[in-house]
Amino acid sequence: MAHRVDALYIFLLIVTGMMALLVFTLVIFFAARFRHRPGIRAEQIEGSTALEITWSAIPLLIFMVIFAWGAVVYFKERTPPADATEVYVVAKQWMWKVEHAEGQREINELHVPVGRDVKLIMTSQDVIHSFYIPAFRVKQDVLPGRYTVEWFRATKPGVYHLFCAEYCGTQHSGMVGSIIVQEPAEYEAWMNGGSTGPLSATGEKIFAELGCATCHRSDTQGRGPNLQGIYGKPVQLEDGRTVTADENYLRECILDPGSKRVKGFQPIMPTFQGLVSEEQVNALVAYIKSISAAKAADGAKTNASLVPSRDETGEQARVGTNGSQVQ
Amino acid sequence: MANAIPQPTIPQAERENYLNKEYGVWSWLLTTDHKRIALLYLLSITFFFFIGGFFALLIRLELLTPAGDLVQADTYNKLFTMHGMVMIFFFLIPSIPAVLGNFLVPLMIGAKDLAFPRINLLSWYLYIIGGVIMLHCMLTGGVDTGWTFYAPFSTSFTNTKIVEAGIAIFIAGFSSILTGLNFVVTIHRMRAPGMTWSRLPLFIWAHYATSIIQLLGTPVVAVTILLVAAERALHLGIFDPKLGGDPLLFQHLFWFYSHPAVYIMILPSMGVVTEIIACFSRKRIFGYHFVAFSSIAIAVFGFLVWAHHMFVAGISVYSALVFSFLSYAVALPSAIKVFNWTATLYKGSIHYDAPMLYAFGFLGLFTIGGLTGLFLSALGINVHVTDTYFVVAHFHYIMVGGAVMGYLGGMHFWWPKISGRLYPEGWARLAALIVFIGFNLTFFPQFLLGYMGMPRRYYDYSHMPEFQVLNVLSTAGATILGVGYLLPMVYFLWSMRYGKPASDNPWNAAGLEWKTTSPPPTFNFDEEPVVTWEAYNYEELDAPHKEEVPVAG
Amino acid sequence: MQDNANANASSFTAVHDHHGEAHAAHNPALLHHFAEPQQQRDAASLGMWVFLATEVMFFGGLFCAYLIYRRWYFGDFAAASKSIDMSLGATNTAVLICSSLTVVLAVWAAQTARKALLVGMLILTMLFGLTFLGIKGIEYKDKFEEHHVPGASFSFDHVEIPGHPGQFANPRHAQMFFSLYFVMTGLHALHMIIGLGIFTWLLIMAWKGRFTPEWHTPVEIGGLYWHFVDIVWIYLFPLLYLIDRHP
Repeated sequence: MAHRVDALYIFLLIVTGMMALLVFTLVIFFAARFRHRPGIRAEQIEGSTALEITWSAIPLLIFMVIFAWGAVVYFKERTPPADATEVYVVAKQWMWKVEHAEGQREINELHVPVGRDVKLIMTSQDVIHSFYIPAFRVKQDVLPGRYTVEWFRATKPGVYHLFCAEYCGTQHSGMVGSIIVQEPAEYEAWMNGGSTGPLSATGEKIFAELGCATCHRSDTQGRGPNLQGIYGKPVQLEDGRTVTADENYLRECILDPGSKRVKGFQPIMPTFQGLVSEEQVNALVAYIKSISAAKAADGAKTNASLVPSRDETGEQARVGTNGSQVQ
Repeated sequence: MANAIPQPTIPQAERENYLNKEYGVWSWLLTTDHKRIALLYLLSITFFFFIGGFFALLIRLELLTPAGDLVQADTYNKLFTMHGMVMIFFFLIPSIPAVLGNFLVPLMIGAKDLAFPRINLLSWYLYIIGGVIMLHCMLTGGVDTGWTFYAPFSTSFTNTKIVEAGIAIFIAGFSSILTGLNFVVTIHRMRAPGMTWSRLPLFIWAHYATSIIQLLGTPVVAVTILLVAAERALHLGIFDPKLGGDPLLFQHLFWFYSHPAVYIMILPSMGVVTEIIACFSRKRIFGYHFVAFSSIAIAVFGFLVWAHHMFVAGISVYSALVFSFLSYAVALPSAIKVFNWTATLYKGSIHYDAPMLYAFGFLGLFTIGGLTGLFLSALGINVHVTDTYFVVAHFHYIMVGGAVMGYLGGMHFWWPKISGRLYPEGWARLAALIVFIGFNLTFFPQFLLGYMGMPRRYYDYSHMPEFQVLNVLSTAGATILGVGYLLPMVYFLWSMRYGKPASDNPWNAAGLEWKTTSPPPTFNFDEEPVVTWEAYNYEELDAPHKEEVPVAG
Repeated sequence: MQDNANANASSFTAVHDHHGEAHAAHNPALLHHFAEPQQQRDAASLGMWVFLATEVMFFGGLFCAYLIYRRWYFGDFAAASKSIDMSLGATNTAVLICSSLTVVLAVWAAQTARKALLVGMLILTMLFGLTFLGIKGIEYKDKFEEHHVPGASFSFDHVEIPGHPGQFANPRHAQMFFSLYFVMTGLHALHMIIGLGIFTWLLIMAWKGRFTPEWHTPVEIGGLYWHFVDIVWIYLFPLLYLIDRHP
C-alpha cells in the first residue's frame, strides 16, 4: 500500500513543483525584466478572459486528476480484504492494547507475519486516539463508543514505528510502539509462545458466564434472536430499517440493546454497559463471528431472516411473561 | 514613481488630524473614530502576537532535543494549545480587518466613518474582555486540549480551564462578528457618490468576503463552545459517547467554523497584496472582476469543505470523496488570484520598496502553502500526513507566510497614512528579507518531518531521534524569524518620533485614502469625494505632465 | 459614472441599535457620519437583518445537533417529547404570536405618531413576553420535579415509547433530548430576556416622546429582533413538543 501512496506523492511533487517553478520563474523574470526604468511607463492591461479561462481550466483538470488518483488510493486503503486476519485494538490513555484472534495479547506492540493482510478492529476506552504506522502510510482515528477499522499488508520484515496521532492528553507523545513484522515461521513461533486461547473461545466462555445463551438459543425458541450465522447478514429492525450485523452493530447490541431493536422480539435484553470491558466485548464479537464462520463452513446456509414467524411470536409472547428485564 | 518624497508645503505636524485632535487616555478609550480604534487594535494584537510568539519560542526550544527536557508534558501541551488559541483568535482573526480594515474601509470608499462607530468601539472592548479572560486563564493554569478542543477529551477528561478559555473565545468571537457586521453595512450603504461596486478597491472586496464568513461562521463555533461548556459544567452528554453523544458531531460543528476561519485569515491579506502589487507595478490589477469574484467564491466554497479535516476521523468513504472534491474546487479561486497577480507584473514598472518585497514574499510562500494544500486534499496522501508536521507546515505557510507577510506589507504600505511618518526603507527591506529567510528555514523542514511521520503535538520524540536534525533547523529558523518580527516593531516606533514626515501620497498610489492628508483628519475628508474614475487609475497618476503630488488642504 | 452612484448616495441614513444622539444641523437624530437620515435608517435596518442572520447560524448549530440525534433516537425522543406539556407550549406559542401582533401595531403607532398606542403596545408586548417566561418557568419547574433535568438526578425509567407498547425509552437517549431541550429553550429564553431589556428602553424613549414619524428606527429594528425571537420559537415548538404526537 505504501508504494501507492508514495507514487501519488511523487506525482504531486512533480506537478506542484512544476506549477511553483512556473509561477516563481514568471514572477522573478517579470520583476527583473519590468523593473522600473526612468521614462518607461507601465502598460495598462485590463485582463483577458481567454487567459482567465485557460488558467482556470488547466489547473482544474490537473486537480481532478489528483482528486481521482487520491480517491482510488483512499478507497483501497479503506476497504479491507475479506479474508484479512483480524486483530482487536483497544486504545487507552496512554497505551495500545492489542488482542489477536488466537488470543495473544500485546501492549504497545503488534506482531504480524509478512505478506498477510491484517485488519485492525479498534476502539478506545476513553478519548480519541489514532493508530498511525508511518512506514505503511496508514492512519485511522480510534474512537470511544464505536469500532473503526484499518488494514495493511506488511511486505518487509522489520520493526516499524507505531504512533498515536490524535492528541489525547499528557502522555500523547509517549503512546508509541512497534509493529514487528516477522517471517511466517518466526511468527508462528511467537504465536505459540503462550496465549490464553483464541479470542473467540474466551468469548464463548463469557457468553455462557453472562447468561447470554439463555435467550440467544441456537434455535428459534429463544427470547432473543438466534446468533448463529448472523455476522455480516442483514437484520430487520423494529423501526423498519435494515442494518448489517457488523462489529459495530454487535457491539451496540451488547452495550445499548434498545437502540436498534430487532423486529419481532420483545425489548427485554438488558444492557451490559459497565458490566463488560472493551476486551470482553471484543471477545464476544469474535465469538459471534466465529459461529457465523462455522455455520458457513458447515454449508448449512439459512436464508431465514431474524424475524420469527407469527406462530413463534405468539409463542414467545406467552413464554416471555416472567418479567421484562429493562435496564 | 521613485522613492523621492516631494516635500509638503505645510508642515504636516501642525495640521489637525485624527492623532492630534484630542489628547488624553479617555479620548482614546472612548473614541468612536475608526482610525483610533484601528490603533487600539494595533496595540492589542501586537501584544497578543508576542505572547503567542513567546509560546512558539518555548515550543521550538523544547523540540531542539528529542527528550522532553525543557518543560513537562502537561506544560508543553498547554504551550501548543495556547499558542494556537492566542495566535488564531487574538492575533490572526482580528489582525488585518481590525487594524487595516478599520482604518481604511471608510477612507477607501469615501465615507466619514463606519456605519456603526459605537459598535466598532464595542468590538474592541469585547476583544479586550475576551483577551483579559484568556490571559487570566493562561496565568491560572491554562488549557491543554489543543486549540481544537476535541471531545470527549475536552468535555470529560481534562482538568484544565476549558470553560474559562471557552468564554474568552466566545466573547472575542462576538468582536469578530460585530466587525464583520459593520463592514458589510458600511460597504453597502456608505460608499461615496460615484463609488460603484466595480470601482471599489479589491481590498474592499476582500474585506467584504471576509465579513460574510465572520458573520455566518463564528456563531456556529460560539454555540459549539457553549455546548462544550454546558457539557462540562452540567454533564449534559451532547458529545460524550458514554452519555449517548457523538464525538464526531463536535468535530463537524467545530470545523464548520474553523475551516472558513482560515479564509478569514487569508482573504484580507490577499486584498492587501493586490493593492501593493498594483501600486508598485504602477498598473491596474490584471483581471479586476476575476479577482473580485474569486474572493466571493473563496468565501462561499470555504463553507463547503470543513470535513477535509476529518478524513481519518471515522467519516464515511463517500463523505470523504465529496469533501475532497470540493476542497479542490476551493483551491481554484486562490490559484486564479496568484495568476492574476503574476500577470499584473507583466509590462509593469516595478519598484522594490519594502511593501512590494513583502508582497513578493507572500506570492512565494502562499504559493507553496497553497500547493501543499493539494497534497492534503488528496485522500490517499491525507491519510499519511494528516496529524503530522506536514499539516503544521502547510498552515503556517499560509497563515504566517501568507497572512502575516501580507499584514506586514500592508502596515508598511499604509504606515505613512496612519502615522504621517515614513519608516526607514533600508531597515524595512532588511526585515523583509530576514523574515523570508527565517520563515522558510523554520517551516520547510517541517514538511519533511511530516512525511517522515513525525506526529503533531509531540513534546518528546526520543523514540525517533532521527527527527532531530530537521527540528534543529526549524528552531534555528524560528530565532531568525523572531528577529525579523522584532525589527519592524522597533523602527515603526522610532519613526513615530524621528521618521520623515510623509506627504499625502508618498507612493503616488491610487485610492481615495491617498487623496487626504497623512494622517487624515478625524472626518477623513474635508469634502465628500465624488468618484468619477475607475479603480487603479495608475495611467492618470503617472501621466507625464503631472508636477508634484498635490498636498491636500 | 453614474447614477448607480447617485442612487447610492441617496440610500442613506440609519441609526444603529442604540438611538441617535444628535448634533448635526438638520434632524437632531442624524448622526454625523451619515449624509442623510435615509442613509442612517437603511444602515440600521441592514445592520439588524445581518445580525439576525448571525443569530440564525447561532441557533442553527443547535438545530443541527438536535436533528441528528432525533433521527438516531427517534423513539426515545418521542417518549421524551410526550412528557413535556404540549398545552403549555401551545399557549406560549399563542402568546408569542400575539406579542408579534402588538409589536407590529407598535411600529405602526410610531409611524403614525400615536404615542399612547405606541406606549400601550410596547407595554402589552412586554407583558406577553413576561407571560411567556413565566410559563417557561412553570415548565422548567415541572421538569425539575419529574427529575427530567439532565445531570446526576436524571431519571427516565419505564417510559413507554409512543406507538410501541411494551417498549421503553432508553434513558441515555432521553437525557440527550432533555439536554437539547434545555439548551435550546434556555438560549431562546435568554434572547427573550434581552428582548425585554430592549423593549424597556424603547418604552422609556417612547414615554419621553422621542419617537416621531420621521425617526423611530429603534422601534422598527427592535421589532425585527422580537419577530426573530418569535420565529425561533415557532420552530422550537413543533420540533420539541410535537414529536410523533397523534390526536
